[in-house]
Amino acid sequence: MNVLKLDKLSKTYATGDTALNHVSFEVPAGQVLGLIGPSGAGKSTLIRCINRLVEPTGGSITLGGTDLVRLRGTALRRARRRIGMIFQEYALVERLTVMENVLSGRLGYVPVWRSFLRRYSAEDISKAFSLLEQVGLSQQYNKRADALSGGQRQRVGIARALEQDPELLLVDEPTASLDPKTSRQIMRLIGSACRERDLPAIINIHDVMLAQQFTDRIIGLRAGEVVFDGPPGGLTDEVLTRIYGDEDWTQMRGEEAEGDESRTPAVDLADGI
Amino acid sequence: MDSPSPRPSIHPVSWKRQPVLFTHTGWRRAIYAGAFIYLILAMQSIEVDWQRVYLGLDRGWKFVEGFLLPDFTTRWHDIRAGLIESLTMTLTSTVAGVLVSVPIGIGAARNLAPMPIYLACRGIITLSRSFQEIIIAILLVAMFGFGPFAGFLTLAFASIGFLSKLLAEDIEACDRSQIEAIRATGASWWQVVNYAVQPQVMPRLVGLSLYRLDINFRESAVIGIVGAGGIGATLNTAIDRYEYDSAGAILIIVIAIVLVVEYSSSYIRRWVQ
Repeated sequence: MNVLKLDKLSKTYATGDTALNHVSFEVPAGQVLGLIGPSGAGKSTLIRCINRLVEPTGGSITLGGTDLVRLRGTALRRARRRIGMIFQEYALVERLTVMENVLSGRLGYVPVWRSFLRRYSAEDISKAFSLLEQVGLSQQYNKRADALSGGQRQRVGIARALEQDPELLLVDEPTASLDPKTSRQIMRLIGSACRERDLPAIINIHDVMLAQQFTDRIIGLRAGEVVFDGPPGGLTDEVLTRIYGDEDWTQMRGEEAEGDESRTPAVDLADGI
Repeated sequence: MDSPSPRPSIHPVSWKRQPVLFTHTGWRRAIYAGAFIYLILAMQSIEVDWQRVYLGLDRGWKFVEGFLLPDFTTRWHDIRAGLIESLTMTLTSTVAGVLVSVPIGIGAARNLAPMPIYLACRGIITLSRSFQEIIIAILLVAMFGFGPFAGFLTLAFASIGFLSKLLAEDIEACDRSQIEAIRATGASWWQVVNYAVQPQVMPRLVGLSLYRLDINFRESAVIGIVGAGGIGATLNTAIDRYEYDSAGAILIIVIAIVLVVEYSSSYIRRWVQ
């Protein structure tokens, strides 16, 4: 069953730039979808249209029977709480503690006075502790977010998104500011969280190799249009050229593979694959 | 590996930063020369009565003598009453000022407030900032009579312009991704303010409030001269009676209190970081 359905989604910015042009696809439950494409292809705009951080200018987005494009006010907030989001630079509130950051995933569910006094229900709190344990940060809950390392911050970001009990996960360049090993751990964590919950995810990602390794399906975006939609194995040189433009892909692949092998003992890139 | 020998002939060897402001060389020189000539002429128009300066030196010296031999005891009763009045005025007006400026500051931040509220709050700030404390004090003394109540209102009113403007600017400079992340959880406007904005601006708000406390104490010594009560009134009386030793004592106390506020505020600011 398809959880998310985009139909002819379009976005033209006030400046006249077309970021998305009639993008249509469907995401079934539990599918981890990798969204690749050159910078400025509209990947970020696409996922921000889904939770309406960016207003789409045309088309429809249906999440479990609700058309997200028409929602306003309270209804929009009710819809947003069903969609978890993980950000490129983590986007944690730096001066709040790890626990407050995770609990902020419940903001769409609790009244203002409860969130103001940090009086969350027992279920919310035990859920937060269990998520922190799952991402391997069970001892850090009272630390301030800015005291953590990059990889730890992204784990808190994942816990915050999962604390929402989401029906869909939007992930914007989760590994862009992380080292290769941490990137893999984060991708693996997102993948396993989705499989456990049968949760669909859309992951914007620059790194084609990571996308191939950790996603079930790839959509290639170029200049706001879908130019490829298929399994990760289908990313041939011809397809990559269609998405990114002319480049000697065999050479890139060769170099990557060589680099991987020579660095394996030091960085342990292949850890747990 | 042999590198080709440098051939300086094909590339220019001199470079100057392009002028930003007046790009035409002739005009630039004319404008600078004109400004210089105006400065000379303006300086010549200042009339200095050296004989009056010579007479004044004598009175100035008496003031310095009083400062060197301060008399705390003769007028201690008046000084004490003035100080208590001033400190009360300072504290109450700062607290009132902070309480009013927080909502106005939030309203004057373009990233949080809709246009009509933004314009109204900016209007209040401009109104408060366009009048100097003494002018407000003269008006309020005329309205509410001599005494500390007029002083309290003056300082509170002046604090609003100062604190709201700087708070609004700090809110506008907030990290957008943190606000976006909290909005993405389905948080309401109040929850966004509480979870994403407040943690980011709190240290600055505390710092500004303490700085304003300091300013309000110093201003309370000035507005007393136009009848708004406090230590300024005592100081004015002492100067009118040519009691420069008592005036010196008052000034020393003011300096000491400002120093204490300065040191304690830098300590508190470090603590709230």
